[in-house]
Amino acid sequence: MTRIIDRRFDSKKKSAVNRQRFMRRFKQQIRRAVSDAIHNRSIRDLDNGEHISIPAKDLSEPHFQHGRGGVWEQIFSGNDQFASGDLINRPPTGGGGRGQGKASNQGEGEDDFVFHLSREEFLDIFFDDLALPNLVRTQLARVTDYKTQRAGFTSDGSPANINIVRSMRGALGRRLALGSPLGARLRELQQELERIVEASGEDCDEAVELREEIARLRLRIEAIPFVDSFDLRFNNRIKVPRPTTQAVMFCVMDVSGSMDEEKKATAKRFFMLLYLFLNRTYEHIDVVFIRHHTVAKEVDEEEFFHSRESGGTVVSSALNLMRDVIQDRYAHGNWNIYGAQASDGDNWDNDSPICHDVLGSRILPFCQYFAYIEITPGEPQNLWREYQKLIGMHSNFAMQRIEEPADIFPVFRELFKKTLV
Amino acid sequence: MKLERAPMRSEKLPAASEWTFEAIDQYHTEIARVATNFGLDTYPNQIEIITAEQMMDAYASVGMPVNYHHWSFGKQFLSTEKGYRRGQMGLAYEIVINSNPCIAYLMEENTLTMQALVIAHAAYGHNSFFKGNYLFQTWTNADAIVDYLLFARNYIAECEQRYGEEDVELLLDSCHALMNLGVDRYKRPPKLSLAKEQLRQTERAEYLQSQVNQLWRTLPLQDAKPGTTPERRFPLEQEENLLYFVEKHAPLLEPWQREVVRIVRKIAQYFFPQRQTQVMNEGWACFWHYTLINQLYDEDLLSDSFMLEFLQSHTNVVYQPAYHERWYNGINPYALGYAMWQDIRRICEDPTDEDRAWFPDIAGSDWRETFDFAMRNFKDESFVAQYLSPKVMRDFRLFAILDDEHEAKLKVSAIHDDSGYQRVREILSEQYNLGSREPNIQVWNVDLRGDRSLTLRHQQYHKRPLGTSTDEVMKHMARLWGFTVRLETAQDDGTVELLQESRIEKRRAHN
Repeated sequence: MTRIIDRRFDSKKKSAVNRQRFMRRFKQQIRRAVSDAIHNRSIRDLDNGEHISIPAKDLSEPHFQHGRGGVWEQIFSGNDQFASGDLINRPPTGGGGRGQGKASNQGEGEDDFVFHLSREEFLDIFFDDLALPNLVRTQLARVTDYKTQRAGFTSDGSPANINIVRSMRGALGRRLALGSPLGARLRELQQELERIVEASGEDCDEAVELREEIARLRLRIEAIPFVDSFDLRFNNRIKVPRPTTQAVMFCVMDVSGSMDEEKKATAKRFFMLLYLFLNRTYEHIDVVFIRHHTVAKEVDEEEFFHSRESGGTVVSSALNLMRDVIQDRYAHGNWNIYGAQASDGDNWDNDSPICHDVLGSRILPFCQYFAYIEITPGEPQNLWREYQKLIGMHSNFAMQRIEEPADIFPVFRELFKKTLV
Repeated sequence: MKLERAPMRSEKLPAASEWTFEAIDQYHTEIARVATNFGLDTYPNQIEIITAEQMMDAYASVGMPVNYHHWSFGKQFLSTEKGYRRGQMGLAYEIVINSNPCIAYLMEENTLTMQALVIAHAAYGHNSFFKGNYLFQTWTNADAIVDYLLFARNYIAECEQRYGEEDVELLLDSCHALMNLGVDRYKRPPKLSLAKEQLRQTERAEYLQSQVNQLWRTLPLQDAKPGTTPERRFPLEQEENLLYFVEKHAPLLEPWQREVVRIVRKIAQYFFPQRQTQVMNEGWACFWHYTLINQLYDEDLLSDSFMLEFLQSHTNVVYQPAYHERWYNGINPYALGYAMWQDIRRICEDPTDEDRAWFPDIAGSDWRETFDFAMRNFKDESFVAQYLSPKVMRDFRLFAILDDEHEAKLKVSAIHDDSGYQRVREILSEQYNLGSREPNIQVWNVDLRGDRSLTLRHQQYHKRPLGTSTDEVMKHMARLWGFTVRLETAQDDGTVELLQESRIEKRRAHN
């Protein structure tokens, strides 16, 4: 008795648990690999998984095996030149022609173990790094913006919204409904009147009675109002929340000599995270990269992260440039503007009050949100103190001093408090 | 035995490349008929159609339909998936499980031809081998394996819930490291039965624990004077099954841990015959798919296009590259096995003088009887030693290389000529001997009166040292044993030296 069973629709993802176990077990290695990967990807590139490679030796499963050395006598196939007793030079280590028993110890084992992380797994590890609370991971912020739209008709509203066609149609219907029985009776009476007049003459009693009744009916018909308040119909408009579909994100970073690669890597995560949140909310996001030392310059992403400058720092140059770009290209109203600034806090002393001014009066009023992170292990610098004054005045401003990526998230906490209900 | 001819039919089997259930059924019916005519004795078949992803799942859990969870299976899955997605590696066409009924997986991507080939190969070739070969009969229990795996998975899942995934995982890691040394090589284990397993599980756990306590009872021995009583070894005889020894005697393991060790041990035992019969088993299956399909072709049931595709796949499978080719990876067991079975048939049906000299017993005998005998009573090592003929050695152009680390050069010790046949055969047979392929490590002694340390002894084979992962394995052994574990190497000349010591200083607190 043979059975042929179609199992194709049975439990899929049987190995999912094993896969998770694997991920958990090698979390350290995978995190390191993800960290390297972040270094190499664009901040906008968060929709893809990642090929991760882990040194194979880290995840080997040991067994007792024979090692190299000792005496091996093994059989090979395809003899094309040897006779018994021939002596051959040893092939170079790891070369072909070795017996499988020995080669497996050394030969292949050295390769990295490469596998593919799905987007979810990738983001999960990315979020882990940033110490993101679980709630935030799953339930993401949505900025609500309302749009009015037609939603049929209502029977009350402001006179400006009266829909004439609808109202008149209603009135007509009502008049017909109320008037037609009376009209029918009227026609009946008139016919009867004609018949009586023909038979008994104009002035018989019956004719007089009928005429009176006809007159009463006419009165009743005329009493039906042409338009009743009951007929009025108003256009109905409701507000619906609408996700705004475009946003621009400004990445402002200090690239003066004191910002080293590590600080830039931290800043990059900060930008990535912001991008990711915006990405959940907006369909289209422009990213403007502004880097500055003593002068600011708008650059592409590659240059933003990878070129290095030296010299002093004038932060206001970047803020001024950001303001100009906003005015030129992202006039308020059509765009949701987000700003993210990363710096090590160094600024030319006299410049910090200027920054305070520009940010407070020229940028923050137009921004949905502006976040500043100071990547420094040391004491807060003057820029920090100036910015601190802004916190009370503007709810859309957040700042945070961080030393490592896990400190980044508190910057965003404000943002979520506001929009996660 | 006379073959029953099928009634001649003009109607051929479907030749489209897309398979349908009806077509598979038709093929299966015909293949089953021919196989019965050839006298193949099989378990009932259960043919399952699965997707590529399910095939990868099956790969990941060492081919078993159910298995417990472990990260190493996840790793296996990931690497299979990667290879498959990048097109570096095709998936196997089939996986067949030594169970009753015998489960054969067919992958949905296969063409109809491949499905027919797989049915012949797995459902009749492997299946009959599982049922007939003495190793499988002795060491595995086809009726109970799926039930047992189910029991194992549930039990381990329960342990994970109760004791934490991490503890269970670490324990499994250690057991896996010793899996190859967790098999009985010479004793017949008792039959598995799900009902009995469950029934006795609690009982056994308690019993085992009490045994252990007995062993470690440390009443002070007043009258023991040092040096007077000769040191008695424990165990009295060496124990080859390290996991068995751990399960029965490791002092600190909890009952559930012993049960997990036992599960790993039982599964290792189940795969033990497969590791020893690769050449025979694969060769047997290849021989039968070739023979069965050709029989159908001779009966005019198959189209030419079917046969061309079939032959192409068949040829790929039984190809043996030469040693200097890039894709040479040792002797291909499919190729060697297939060639040997074909050769045995040739010796039976059409022997030459050479065959008569080498194989007086079987030359000219009924090939199917000879086949049956050979299939039932051998494993790779003995099969090669018994049946590898000079003709096959010549066809494969086999030669032996002697690599002694003390010699500057490699030496060709024998080739496929009159003076070399015996030697080549001997060496190849030895190559398939598990006992020499894997290091021989056994439990030598437990220091019962001292620090409870365990000593393993490695009997060196051809002066081969142990590989680089030995240290790691020893750590696993020490984790299981709970006290210091030593590894000694005994050389061929009898000298013994201490190779490695894994100390466990801190004694785990008793609950």
